[in-house]
Amino acid sequence: MTEHIVVVGGGTGGTVLANRLAERLGPEFERGAVDVTLVSDDRNHVYKPVFLYVPFGEKTVADAKRPLADLVDREITVEIDRVEAVDTDRKRLDLRDGGRMTYGHLVLATGTGLVPEKVPGLAEGGHHFYGPDGAAALRDELATFTEGHLVLSVIGTPHMCPAAPVEFVLMADDWFRERGLREDVEITYTYPIQRAHGIQSIADWASTTFEERDIRLETFFNADEVDPDAGVLHSMEGKELDYDLLVGIPPHAGSDLVTAAGLGDDGWADVDRHTLESPHAEDVFVVGDLADVPTSKAGSVAHYEAGTVADRLASRVRGQVPTATYDGKTVCFIESGMDEATFVEFEYGTQPTVRAPSKPIHWAKLGYNESYWLTARGLL
Amino acid sequence: MNDSDYDPDVTIDSRDATCPGPLMDLIGKVKEAEPGTVIELRTSDSGSKSDVPEWLDEAGHDLLDTVDNGDYWSLFVRTN
Repeated sequence: MTEHIVVVGGGTGGTVLANRLAERLGPEFERGAVDVTLVSDDRNHVYKPVFLYVPFGEKTVADAKRPLADLVDREITVEIDRVEAVDTDRKRLDLRDGGRMTYGHLVLATGTGLVPEKVPGLAEGGHHFYGPDGAAALRDELATFTEGHLVLSVIGTPHMCPAAPVEFVLMADDWFRERGLREDVEITYTYPIQRAHGIQSIADWASTTFEERDIRLETFFNADEVDPDAGVLHSMEGKELDYDLLVGIPPHAGSDLVTAAGLGDDGWADVDRHTLESPHAEDVFVVGDLADVPTSKAGSVAHYEAGTVADRLASRVRGQVPTATYDGKTVCFIESGMDEATFVEFEYGTQPTVRAPSKPIHWAKLGYNESYWLTARGLL
Repeated sequence: MNDSDYDPDVTIDSRDATCPGPLMDLIGKVKEAEPGTVIELRTSDSGSKSDVPEWLDEAGHDLLDTVDNGDYWSLFVRTN
């Protein structure tokens, strides 16, 4: 009997997972004991961390994209289609173009989407760097921004890559200094809670660095409305902030598929945080941003989760008891300017140490961004 | 189970939460919730006992109860 595994989503989680399965289950593929189908509605794989560099002209939107077919092992069947519904009782998927597909095991890895329209005025008045169009538009805006008040506001909770907003303002500070414009540009960073970041050690480091670099920190600020005509940002705490250029990290959404299939009540999928298995349906796993686990929505998380699920699925296919678990491992490089960076590493329940930023760590981040394509192939 | 009199409409399990942390998890749910929703935030971060009331005070929501469950706390919140 052939075990049919379906992976939905061609981002970091889905692609690493499919390739790890191909690697782990070589003999089983050879004798027809398993087949794996990767369903994605995008022919391209997109590596989102590249978008942080686009506004500063360091990377292009095209650098973030490669054809999925070039990254996925030849043992994997790639279907370009969109899953419209998941029926976990019948173990069946409804596809937009291709009818229906049954599965033995299902992994959802569809990621998160941006929903700026949830905050009135944000789509019209705000910029962001969390997608290709937003990053390209912000590049054009920054290129002609020579004076005024740049406000970066963290609005979406949760949002992808929780360190990226800190990185953006530190890079912007450095970028404007290099161009001799910093005296004429005021920079403010707003954050929803009473410190600069959710993790205390990162918040402490960011606050000190902001002070040294003359970046104003506004805490307890949850923007709930943007007035693009007046250039004013309003918060649910009753505060107002004038801006000339607003970079607003937009609200994020999970997937309607999750809610409709009863896998979570607000678009984010409930999972066991160590096995990534759904408590609501048999043989369903969720990895990456879509999974509601108490750590970052970050590429490294999707990567490590995918490794765990691949190992658990491989054990099941071989008739063994799965023992691999995910411990919350998260690794994030944090740029502290245009040519220095630091990095943090932590697991569930631990606090990272923020090391002193350095040029070699910045080079390591740039180097990793290139070698990421080996990660997507399941090699690194 | 817990010892509180409150029956939450929504439960957020932020035990052992790392990044970005229990209060950010709570804010995300509060933004989506209708007024009058009772939310239970489970947290193993002792800092939440001061962080959460401070934010609720700023944002105008109510802390109903804090229950010590031994290895984690349950903070019951009502949105306004």
